[in-house]
Amino acid sequence: MSMIRLEPRGQASPLWVYGAPLLAVALTLASGFVLFWAMGFNPVAALRAFFVEPLTSARGIGELVVKATPLTLCAVGLAVGFRANVWNIGAEGQLTLGAITGGGLALAFYGEGGWWLLPLMVLGGIAGGMAWAAIPAFLRTRFNASEILTSLMLTYVALLLLSYLVHGPYRDPDGFAFPESRLFEEAATLPVLVTGTRVHLGALFALAAVAGCWVLIARTFIGFQIRVIGLTPAAAGYAGFKEKKIIWLTLLLSGGLSGLAGLGEVAGPIGQIVPTVSPGYGFTAIIVAFLGRLHPLGIVLAALLMALSFIGGEAAQIGLGLPKAITGVFQGMLLFFLLGSDVLIRYRVRIGARKTVSQGATA
Amino acid sequence: MNRRTMGKALMGAAAVVALTSLGSGAVWAQDKLKVGFVYVGPIGDFGYSYQHEQGRLAVEKALGDKVTTTYVENVPEGADAERVIEQLAASGHKLIFTTSFGFMNPTLKVAQRYPDVKFEHATGYKRAKNVATYSARFYEGRSVAGTIVGKMTKSNIIGYIGSFPIPEVVSGINAFTIALREQNPKAEVRVVWVNSWYDPPKEAEAAKALIDQGADVIVQHTDSSAPVQAAEERGLWAVGQSSDMTRFGPKAHLTGIVDDWNGYYIQRVQAVLDGTWKAEDTWGGLKDKMLYLAPYNPAIPAEVVALANKVRDGIMDGSHHSFTGPIKDQSGKVMIPAGQHASDEQILKMDWFVEGVVGKLPK
Repeated sequence: MSMIRLEPRGQASPLWVYGAPLLAVALTLASGFVLFWAMGFNPVAALRAFFVEPLTSARGIGELVVKATPLTLCAVGLAVGFRANVWNIGAEGQLTLGAITGGGLALAFYGEGGWWLLPLMVLGGIAGGMAWAAIPAFLRTRFNASEILTSLMLTYVALLLLSYLVHGPYRDPDGFAFPESRLFEEAATLPVLVTGTRVHLGALFALAAVAGCWVLIARTFIGFQIRVIGLTPAAAGYAGFKEKKIIWLTLLLSGGLSGLAGLGEVAGPIGQIVPTVSPGYGFTAIIVAFLGRLHPLGIVLAALLMALSFIGGEAAQIGLGLPKAITGVFQGMLLFFLLGSDVLIRYRVRIGARKTVSQGATA
Repeated sequence: MNRRTMGKALMGAAAVVALTSLGSGAVWAQDKLKVGFVYVGPIGDFGYSYQHEQGRLAVEKALGDKVTTTYVENVPEGADAERVIEQLAASGHKLIFTTSFGFMNPTLKVAQRYPDVKFEHATGYKRAKNVATYSARFYEGRSVAGTIVGKMTKSNIIGYIGSFPIPEVVSGINAFTIALREQNPKAEVRVVWVNSWYDPPKEAEAAKALIDQGADVIVQHTDSSAPVQAAEERGLWAVGQSSDMTRFGPKAHLTGIVDDWNGYYIQRVQAVLDGTWKAEDTWGGLKDKMLYLAPYNPAIPAEVVALANKVRDGIMDGSHHSFTGPIKDQSGKVMIPAGQHASDEQILKMDWFVEGVVGKLPK
């Protein structure tokens, strides 16, 4: 028997369930301090460049919002599913499909757009993401195929589909055969909300999604079913909750929101369809969802924090010549400390051999 | 405070601002020119971005007393690129090199907002008052490589790993194949697209798949050394790309097409210092030393070296052109008639394969 054991605690401290992300951030900053110091940089200046400098201008804050928008849209949808034990790992693919369908409408009506084009594109983006998420939902409810695998694999199919389209039908006819579409027209571009920044209408979509998902989970019967299925599937079965319905609902919801995120990128900051629409927002959103404790408000904060770690990494590189790999190290440390404190919230560390065998209090 | 006094106060404030900025402006004039570089890959790719980084270091070395340089690596082609470029512009960089095709539209967008900053975009086709473009005639090097490979292959199957089916890569494949089949009409080229500029595992897999199809030479138009290493492991030949990859496969590496931006970067930075900078297009070849052939493998027989040098010297003195007619496409249709050679525009827009290439281009 090993000398160090993990023993389940009877009850997780509610304070620390929400305190853990803050603790993880604090520990990440402390480790970053040591890391910068060990690398020979002034740690205070480096942390300042990383976490404060980007927030000192309106443009910087705007960029933070631009970056947090797709992360939030994907993560709030995913979190609803995660609460019901529906593990949609394929938000990246659903996001890509949203860009393909919604952006495709901009190209289809190129030169003849009106006020109706943008709403149509938004609906098209949502529909594309939903359609892509419907495949894992069908496979799970019909054949009991793991949605973790199917949604993940469909991501690669979506990326290849995008690649095919930008090299073929979507290609700019005047673009020297380069793989990208025309630039969208004004009527097919999401309006900028704050002049001087790139903050676009998608940010409001994200806020609406956050509010909507909060109401869904906290205030509706469906939300109650989602929570019960997630906590104790057996009890949900006895209560007569239809698990299949919840699987369909959560996958379509997260797929639709991810599709909206994809449309927001191509009709927002990018303004055209390119071979790489997202630098992995759909995957980062999984981290964001857990960092935000699957709570809509927590997700907004987590998305902003993740966005800051990306932007801060660039700022530190431009300002101080820090290597880009620092960004990845910071994100890794954050996740490591969060998962570490999660373990310690639910278990206590015992050193030495087991003395008592009382486990009655475990839930 | 009435309108008038408020106006006075504002004017006073403006005067203070003007004075202080004048003061700092005087200091600024003695300050060094800030030059920024945006890379699509990591500087440690030992390929494309690495070579640009060498160019930056050359600028530092040559003009270090008059300029300071900054780089940002691993910048995704998408919504992030615009932010990075804008951040460089906003932080006082007056000349910014954006070194990948996908940065084209983001560069133009930022350039519009920063008319006093000069931009240089590599491998694109859109220019503006303050945006110049530059690229190298990579296909010229491929003609030399094709000549060598034509004499070295035994299986007459050449594996070619392509990044994206864009004109730059397609014209490289075609130039290579034309030179190859001039030496060895039975040889054919099989192309695998990896849809990435830098993805070592994917590139290695593509190399292995091509080797399993009987290829005994692996040519790459991607940036990592993985294909050269795969050829080395199997005891076959390889042609490297972007930088001299001899050290990754000393036995396998026949030669490679090496980009050399050093001279160009120094010249352009000097032009800004002298005030002679113009937004023009530069498309330099072997003659202009924007690319050269990596040292030939000692295992190449002397008569093959002589043949290769003849092609190289011919291209440099203008007596030989990589695309000299008659050139037929895959269906046998004559694309470039006898007695002519392809125009620059035909090369820049090339979206068809010559006879001898196996595989289709996405349309």
